[in-house]
Amino acid sequence: MSDMIKITYREAIKQAIREVMQKDERVFLMGEDVGNYGGAFAVSKGLLKEFGADRIMDVPLSESGFTGAGIGAALAGMKPIVEVMTVNFSLLAMDQIVNNASTLLHMSGGQLNVPVVIRMGCGIGRQLAAQHSHSWEPFFAHVPGLIVLSVGTHEDARGMLLSAMQSPDPVVIFEYTFMLNLEKEIPADAGAVEIKKAKVLREGKDISLITYGAGVYKCLEAAEALGEEGIDAEVIDLRVLRPMDEETFLNSVKKTHRALVVEEAWKSVSISSEVISRIMEKAFFDLDGPVERLCGVEVPIPYPKHLEDASVPQVSDILEKVKKMLKP
Amino acid sequence: MEKKQKLDAKEGQRLLQQMILIRRFEEKSAEEYTKSKIRGFLHLYTGEEAVAVGVIQALTEEDNLLCTYREHGHALARGVDPNAIMAEMYGKQEGCSKGRGGSMHLFDATKNFFGGNAIVCGHLPLAVGMALAAKKQKKNNVTCCFFGEGAAAEGEFHESMNLAALWEVPVLFVCENNLYAMGTAIKLTHSVQQLEKKGPAYGIESAAVDGMDLLAVMEATAKAVKTIKEKGKPYFLVCNTYRFRAHSMFDAELYREKSEVEEWKKKDPIPKFQEFLLKGKLITAKKITEIEKAADAQIQEAIEFAENGTWEDTENLTRFVYSETESI
Ligand SMILES: Cc1ncc(C[n+]2csc(CCOP(=O)(O)OP(=O)(O)O)c2C)c(N)n1
Ligand SMILES: [Mg+2]
Repeated sequence: MSDMIKITYREAIKQAIREVMQKDERVFLMGEDVGNYGGAFAVSKGLLKEFGADRIMDVPLSESGFTGAGIGAALAGMKPIVEVMTVNFSLLAMDQIVNNASTLLHMSGGQLNVPVVIRMGCGIGRQLAAQHSHSWEPFFAHVPGLIVLSVGTHEDARGMLLSAMQSPDPVVIFEYTFMLNLEKEIPADAGAVEIKKAKVLREGKDISLITYGAGVYKCLEAAEALGEEGIDAEVIDLRVLRPMDEETFLNSVKKTHRALVVEEAWKSVSISSEVISRIMEKAFFDLDGPVERLCGVEVPIPYPKHLEDASVPQVSDILEKVKKMLKP
Repeated sequence: MEKKQKLDAKEGQRLLQQMILIRRFEEKSAEEYTKSKIRGFLHLYTGEEAVAVGVIQALTEEDNLLCTYREHGHALARGVDPNAIMAEMYGKQEGCSKGRGGSMHLFDATKNFFGGNAIVCGHLPLAVGMALAAKKQKKNNVTCCFFGEGAAAEGEFHESMNLAALWEVPVLFVCENNLYAMGTAIKLTHSVQQLEKKGPAYGIESAAVDGMDLLAVMEATAKAVKTIKEKGKPYFLVCNTYRFRAHSMFDAELYREKSEVEEWKKKDPIPKFQEFLLKGKLITAKKITEIEKAADAQIQEAIEFAENGTWEDTENLTRFVYSETESI
């Protein structure tokens, strides 16, 4: 076992960006305020000085334009990291991502690769109100041709980008801004992680908590608390929302016979909809009870703290739900 | 200038009162933010007061207003109740958007104040549509839309300019050029930095004005509104201004020199206008002090109103997702 180090989620992402920039001359970072401002959330602070304005490119407010340009640069031999400041603004870049990045390989009969990596900050919980609190993981996960990653842990914050940069296909990475200051321990030599599989973060035998992104640490916390009450929950971080690795959660469900899916995105037509469908299709007879889910309430996220908190699943909701599900 | 002489004491004092109210309201908001009474993103208008006050005084109550997330000043100038604005920023249900929107989403339909829009440039097409509706209904009102120079790099700006000109609709585009979009300077976001030059390409009459000079803004707006009303066509007014404070409360201002801010503070629109009023004997020093005191008292009242406001019941969380009327 290597030594463990304490690191913030922000620093983990930044180290990954620095590493890929150092390793490969073709890599450059483009996004609003990534340079002179230091990154909207200080992720790229200092990188402009280190790598210069050619490689840390401040771009105008033109999400469709610069994301499309990133896709074009990838087509033409570069390895751009496009930072869309937050997922909320990715809607302006959606056409480029969905109509160009994800289709060019197929439409060209396999001739054109688009090795672009698009990172975006996301998450709910900072009282930013409806236009700044979107969870668009399900939108992007709907699109064949994209690889969609959700960074739920610090190890993935350190490692996912490294692997994404090796991908011949477009990768969309969701980073959770409310976790940026959060410190956790990771191995000092943490590096690239595989980006095809979900991950069992905590083993358990009584119930499978299946989640991603903002739900990961919440489910782990809930699992610890449940453990103290004699309930042994398994926690699965989906990590890769497309193409989805079903094997990991199906195996888990076959072992625990119960599943609760937790996500912040709105319930209808969500990631949980997909996970539960696959459990119904492939593990129905292994279940001891109905699969349940806790999702975002279907409302544009309101500004006041108490209403915002009520809009997304909290640890206490998970505890309550699990206990209800396991009640004999 | 002879036009300036036309301003009578009463009107001059009213406009000064508005600018002072906005300045102090913003200072107080910053204070309340540090006390965590106001949360989320908070964007202050300090330094730019002459733009909102100068433009809005030239409009009638029937004219529609659409603004950005930096809109407290515009709401105050439009006459939205300061108590309701402060309560909104506190997230109380007595707020002008029932607390659902917060600082970035002030709305008051009774004042034709249509936000409070936090997706940069997202409200420009709306403004065109409102002006189109007015034209279809043969109304004589103008729709006025404020946005930053950063927004003018978005595709929606260019689409809106073209549509407005093509359809010949009565919209006043007011670009508040404060030289920065968050931390990105205009020279990094616009190939042509005299933004007023962008209008003629679409066949839109355009002008630039010193946005630190209330009288100049008033004069330029009077001309703009007259042109729109006479010709029924759009107009593009660029107000060159500067924000004295950070972009939002999260901004360390790494991208500009303190000396630059100090230089601009010498052009502060409030002392400049006060001096004009004093010189023209349109106000006395004593009256200025009275105005300042009255503004402070009004803001104090707004704080108390917000403090005494109530939190909306969580039971109501999913209200206002769909209308409560069956048809319209
Ligand atoms: C489409 C979109 N992209 C990015 C952002 C994040 N953002 C908020 S304000 C801002 C800068 C806008 O600058 P400008 O239009 O000049 O207005 P100012 O804030 O200077 O008044 C940015 C990048 C956003 N809200 N919407
Ligand atoms: Mg600006």
